[in-house]
Amino acid sequence: MTDEANGEKKSPRIGVFICHCGSNIGGFVDVKAVTEYAATLPDVAYATDNLYTCAEDGLNNIKESIKEHNLDRVIVSSCTPRTHAPLFQRTCEAAGLNKYMFTFVNIREHCSWVHMKDRERATQKAKDLVRMGVARARFLEPQEETKIDVTQAALVVGGGVSGMTAALSLANMGFPVHLVEKDNELGGFVRNLHGLMNTKKSAGETIEPLIDKVNAQKNITQHLNSRVATVEGFIGNYDVTIGGDDAEPKEVKVGTIIVATGAVPLVPEGLFGYKEHPNVVTATEFEELCKKKDIPKLKNVAFIQCVGSRGQKVSYCSRICCNVAIKTAINIAENRDNMLGVTEEKPAEAGGQAVEEPAADMKAEEGTERRRRRRGRGRREGEDAVEEGAAPSSGVEITVFNRDVMAYGVEHELEFNKAREKRVKFIRYVPDNLPKVTMKDGNLEVGYFHETLKMERSMPVDMVILSTPLVSQPDASTLSQLLKVPLGQDGFFQEAHVKLRPVDFATDGVFVCGTCRGPADIAEAASQAAAAASRAAIPLANGFVQAEALTSRVDETKCTGCGTCVEVCPYGALRKNEEGISEVIAAACKGCGCCGATCPEGAITMTHYTDQQLLAEAKAALEEG
Amino acid sequence: MTHHSKKKHESEGEWEPKIIGFLCNWCSYAGADLCGVSRFQYPTNIRLVRVMCSTRISPHLVLDVFEAGADGILIGGCHFNDCHYMTGNFHTEKRVGLMKRLLKEAGVDEKRLRLEWVSASEGEKFSKVVTEFTEEIQKLGPCKARTDDMVKAKISAADDASETFRLKALVGKEYNLLSKGNAYGEEVDPEKLGGIIDAASRDEFERALILELARIRPMSVKQLGMVMDVPTDKILRHIVLLRQNSKIAMEHPEGFTPVYKTIAIGGEQ
Ligand SMILES: Cc1cc2nc3c(=O)[nH]c(=O)nc-3n(C[C@H](O)[C@H](O)[C@H](O)COP(=O)(O)OP(=O)(O)OC[C@H]3O[C@@H](n4cnc5c(N)ncnc54)[C@H](O)[C@@H]3O)c2cc1C
Ligand code: SF4
Ligand code: SF4
Ligand code: FES
Repeated sequence: MTDEANGEKKSPRIGVFICHCGSNIGGFVDVKAVTEYAATLPDVAYATDNLYTCAEDGLNNIKESIKEHNLDRVIVSSCTPRTHAPLFQRTCEAAGLNKYMFTFVNIREHCSWVHMKDRERATQKAKDLVRMGVARARFLEPQEETKIDVTQAALVVGGGVSGMTAALSLANMGFPVHLVEKDNELGGFVRNLHGLMNTKKSAGETIEPLIDKVNAQKNITQHLNSRVATVEGFIGNYDVTIGGDDAEPKEVKVGTIIVATGAVPLVPEGLFGYKEHPNVVTATEFEELCKKKDIPKLKNVAFIQCVGSRGQKVSYCSRICCNVAIKTAINIAENRDNMLGVTEEKPAEAGGQAVEEPAADMKAEEGTERRRRRRGRGRREGEDAVEEGAAPSSGVEITVFNRDVMAYGVEHELEFNKAREKRVKFIRYVPDNLPKVTMKDGNLEVGYFHETLKMERSMPVDMVILSTPLVSQPDASTLSQLLKVPLGQDGFFQEAHVKLRPVDFATDGVFVCGTCRGPADIAEAASQAAAAASRAAIPLANGFVQAEALTSRVDETKCTGCGTCVEVCPYGALRKNEEGISEVIAAACKGCGCCGATCPEGAITMTHYTDQQLLAEAKAALEEG
Repeated sequence: MTHHSKKKHESEGEWEPKIIGFLCNWCSYAGADLCGVSRFQYPTNIRLVRVMCSTRISPHLVLDVFEAGADGILIGGCHFNDCHYMTGNFHTEKRVGLMKRLLKEAGVDEKRLRLEWVSASEGEKFSKVVTEFTEEIQKLGPCKARTDDMVKAKISAADDASETFRLKALVGKEYNLLSKGNAYGEEVDPEKLGGIIDAASRDEFERALILELARIRPMSVKQLGMVMDVPTDKILRHIVLLRQNSKIAMEHPEGFTPVYKTIAIGGEQ
């Protein structure tokens, strides 16, 4: 400062922190060489490398270096600014450096990960990128941010478990919530389900109390049979119109938005005899049949897992289907809620079962023993552990054809073992040799290749249950466009960062939870919902957000009042003052730069993205490094 | 080993395209990030610069970077109606139209400038776009702004032309004129407007090139006509206008032919 007062411009002191990101960058780029190179660049006062710059010691290193080397600009050369810029900016601020004196250089997503086979060129590119960052950093200027008031209300889209959980948490914190559900009732997909896994309660018994709580919560305004029609504005200040099927569109103002629109099961068109043979149903349809107690007499049931998933119609594993199949298999085996209705016709067997129950308890120890044996043999041979002829207690043969059983975590593994104790057979198939569902002499049959015996086999069945993956809502893209939030490659909503920001969108103010983000069971959906609600509550509780100082600035000595900028600004953030000269309404300006690129007099500068900064950055790439 | 192969590149003078990409933060930059996350590979030539919206890319930024020696420039934005700032990329498209017109005037293959809409979920598309574009530039060869003074002068003229009030105002209003009509609510014929911008681009480019050439050394109308391959009467008309605006001055007539010299503004440049 004093230097400048003396008329001398202080030359910048830039600190460059280059990240290995473990081996994510270090494995493909010679980070040491890049660091050495960075130290040679003009105005670089300090350059170092870190194993993980975003970890505690990396951040401390930045803070200490700012003090020790008297840095007035910081460059982190690592991953992407879209996820990590705020973290490093906060670090700079903590060390007393204005956050606009920070520059990000992306050498992971834009370098090491996309040039994994050419270490030499990737290293050269990383050097160039760092040089570009340094060129930009030299022209940085500190900026001040304005505070924007936040409307202390939220919008939740989707009235399933996730949406209801999120809405309730926010409402319980005292914030008004608008809950938009396209159907005529709350509950979501769980309404289609019969029993739920890991609980003795039915789906209805589980979901009803939640619906009751939502109904009783005065802070929640329900909009049933409705959808979001338009969304205008930005974090803290959204104007949303909610279009009802037969009601007048309603306008609401909210500060944050949570997306919880769920997912739908894939319809296995053309797979495994679906719609071709009778009694070939999806897991979802089977749940509905159970609810209606409309199940035919079952002696042999086959499940086929991964129908359409893991590379067939969709690439991913749907996460829940193995556990759903295990749940359903156990329910069938136990004839839960008398779902089969079969035993009623045969009182003898029903009585037999009643006697068998305590017997099964007594055999608990034996069961553990057997479990130990099976585990030792591994899952591949799991089916062999089931002795031929030993049928489950209810007299139903249950076979689960699977590629491998994904019964992850504590409860699911126990359920898996329980299913095997109930004599449910798990038979593996490989994608090259799928089971075949056929009709033979009017009887349903599953043909399969026995991987252990290496021979074709077949079994008669009464019903085939196809486990199809959850897929994204067919109209997800509409909401994605309205809210300007991305969908990933599989059509699910994509969070800002898989690990660090799992329920945020990259767009500030919008959050995501539940199966619209990818397959999840109820417990997972509910925890995501609670997380999303607490994230969405932060700006609401603060009552304000700090607007980034990325705005346009009009040089009134250059402006001739032609008005072109006023015409092009999408937010009405420019107006002419009394002298006919253009001026910026900083709170409304979002810094898109349209006016700056348009002004015929070159009177408009974009803060933090000046021509000078951008040109310095781009041209530095053209120098020989 | 690696050292050795680098030397080989240098000794053979093997040329590597230098490509700059300007990407908007919200879609195309995110798409490039996803491309990385998904490990889709692409050639190493491109260097990416992040801007908030593709609408920020003024023709000046692009043309100045071409002048500085870029062989190709990629502009990435969101798909129409996906722009984070609603209408930003509609203006981008118009501005790119002007950049291409001016590149053409400057004799630079317009394929060197590429506009692509890449969404945050199109990681694979991003790698394809960059791979294709790099191959295309490889085929076109170096842009020569660094090695050929005439190429540089022409690109510089294109840059100056892009900064003129007339072109900036025309192109700045182009999208609104076409989508909302003119100030009297009349619809504007896109072809007619296109024709007007074409003609204006050519005139502004020629005038800028005259200034560029006459800055390097004083030239006569005939000389300018020959170098620029423009009829002398048109050169003369440009010169009259430039003299009226005090941009060019007549210098010591050599014999009977007057020569013209660009007036340096503020003595710098
Ligand atoms: C066959 C099967 C069995 C299962 N069994 C179990 C089990 O036993 N235990 C378990 O924990 N999980 C089970 N699940 C998973 C469980 O269904 C999900 O975890 C749960 O439904 C996720 O809740 P959600 O709120 O995220 O989504 P959903 O329940 O799908 O709710 C989303 C809601 O959003 C609404 N909506 C969608 N789009 C819009 C829009 N544009 N505007 C407004 N509203 C919209 C929908 O109408 C719906 O009400 C099973 C799933 C399947 C397929
Ligand atoms: S476009 Fe430029 S000259 Fe015209 S009113 Fe806006 S700031 Fe002023
Ligand atoms: S930068 Fe964009 S939002 Fe801000 S005033 Fe200019 S056109 Fe409007
Ligand atoms: S934000 Fe991507 S083009 Fe405008």
